[in-house]
Amino acid sequence: MGIYKRLSISQKQIVWAWGLLAIPIVFYVVVRFYPTANAILLSFQEWNLLGSRNWTGFDNYVKLFSDPTFWKVFGNTFLYLILGTPSSLLLAFVIAFHLDKLRFMHGTIRALYFLPFMTSAVAMAWVWRWFYQPVPIGVFNNTLATFGIPQIPFLNSTTFALPSILAPAIWAGLGFQVIIFMAGLRAIPQTYYEAARIDGISAWETLTEITIPLLKPTIVFLVVFSSIGFLRIFDQVFNMTTNDPGGPLNSTKPLVLMIYDTAFNSFDMGYAAAQTVVLFTVLLVVSLLQLRVMRDK
Amino acid sequence: MAFSDTLDTSKKATALRNSARRKRSQAQFIRWLLLFAGGIAMIMPIVFMLSTSFKYPFEVYNLNLIPEEPTIENYTYVLEDGRFFGWFTNSLFIATITTICNVLFDSLVGYVLCKYTFPGRYIIFIAILSTLMIPTEMLVIPWYLMSSAFGWLDTYWGIMFPGLMTAFGTFLMKQFFETVPDDFLEAARIDGLNELQIWWTVAMPLVRPALAALAIFVFLGNWTAFIWPLIVTNSQEMYTLPVGLTTFSVEAQVEWELIMTGAAISTIPTLIVFLVFQRYIIRGVVMAGLKG
Repeated sequence: MGIYKRLSISQKQIVWAWGLLAIPIVFYVVVRFYPTANAILLSFQEWNLLGSRNWTGFDNYVKLFSDPTFWKVFGNTFLYLILGTPSSLLLAFVIAFHLDKLRFMHGTIRALYFLPFMTSAVAMAWVWRWFYQPVPIGVFNNTLATFGIPQIPFLNSTTFALPSILAPAIWAGLGFQVIIFMAGLRAIPQTYYEAARIDGISAWETLTEITIPLLKPTIVFLVVFSSIGFLRIFDQVFNMTTNDPGGPLNSTKPLVLMIYDTAFNSFDMGYAAAQTVVLFTVLLVVSLLQLRVMRDK
Repeated sequence: MAFSDTLDTSKKATALRNSARRKRSQAQFIRWLLLFAGGIAMIMPIVFMLSTSFKYPFEVYNLNLIPEEPTIENYTYVLEDGRFFGWFTNSLFIATITTICNVLFDSLVGYVLCKYTFPGRYIIFIAILSTLMIPTEMLVIPWYLMSSAFGWLDTYWGIMFPGLMTAFGTFLMKQFFETVPDDFLEAARIDGLNELQIWWTVAMPLVRPALAALAIFVFLGNWTAFIWPLIVTNSQEMYTLPVGLTTFSVEAQVEWELIMTGAAISTIPTLIVFLVFQRYIIRGVVMAGLKG
């Protein structure tokens, strides 16, 4: 105590800062940084949880890149991203743009769009899975049948299964994007629109020349945020294809499901770790690329 | 002549303005109608889930939203099964503790990084921020190894420990502490409060909306978390609600009314929370989204 009293104010601050940060620093080192290093290390080793960890160099990566399943999975993962991000952003923008102009029941309609965001992905995966069942079980096919339209084999077809699994993911995230877009729209000063009206600029030009450029920070945030989400899709796939995880014929399997399978069904820890490093790299490259491209524009 | 002319044009102008206004209100009505229909479509999965959970098996394949013979038999069946109650309390406990930890630690770290000057501040900030780039999926294998080495598998602590602090929350809180004037803290310091007291009694109350936003995000995230609880739990007693629901649904196979009941049980709490705190939640989401 005597020593503490003799410290200057700025020295006391240093003591307090490090004292308060001590536990969090330990946490971040033990639960974030050490595991990250361990995952990278493990990706160069071979280990089935029982024996010893053997150094194998780049074997896991070589094996991964020559595995046709990996490339299938890699393609699926990007398909989720390429289908999911643009369609959900476009939908969300159209909804937000029009909802922003409504006063009557504005809050209620906003709540309707936002409600799915509060649900759990697992619960909703089962609801949607039920919707996709063939006649006479599923809602969608029953509706199609009432209008005499041929059935769609949603989850049983290699072409329809992936978009079918993607739909609830887009649906659940849409409300969040709408809310963020509306906040972005509100932040645009009205004076720009008044100036546009005085200059007689058409509605379309107002949209493309004023609204969208000024929304750029919002768009960048949502693109990166939702891309990361789609690249990490797991809950929906796992729950909608429990009878054949990632099926049919691996047509819906994303990278995270492959990681889960390799690590916790085959117990091939080194190989799974290599897959996580690839996932990490993909996330990093995609977000940095998007930030770069969108900033430049 | 000239006078009636101007009268005529002014009449025409009024008529024109009226028709323009009518057109605008028509457009506005169509806009309202489409958005409202879209909104109804958005909640249809939730509505179907709830309605089916009150149906007898024979009625499940009907598309009617209001059951002809409503029943709570599905709920009594699912609750008598007993496991759901345990999964529910597990999830509630885990989400609550994790939320409290995040609110305390994230704001403490955010506060220190925002309001103190000390050597190493920038490095620590960047280090914590950089963990945002590391996906959970990369860490689950090392976490699993760590848990199995320390005997944390299949325990509450094992489920909770990875999420007790988040870089997202720390960053969010740091942003909000920027809005707290340093003079307030200085005044408290002169009044003889120690640093912990200043943080808790002066700074924290000023960022209450941000704390609420953080709490909502963390609670929802943990309530719905799936992959880590799936990995770290072995026995059914330790399952969280999403993991339990998966197991239960796989067992129930084609008994969709039971699956919908299980799904409803895990969804209803967050829906109620949303309906009660709607305004705060949406404001919180905007805050977290734009500042985080």
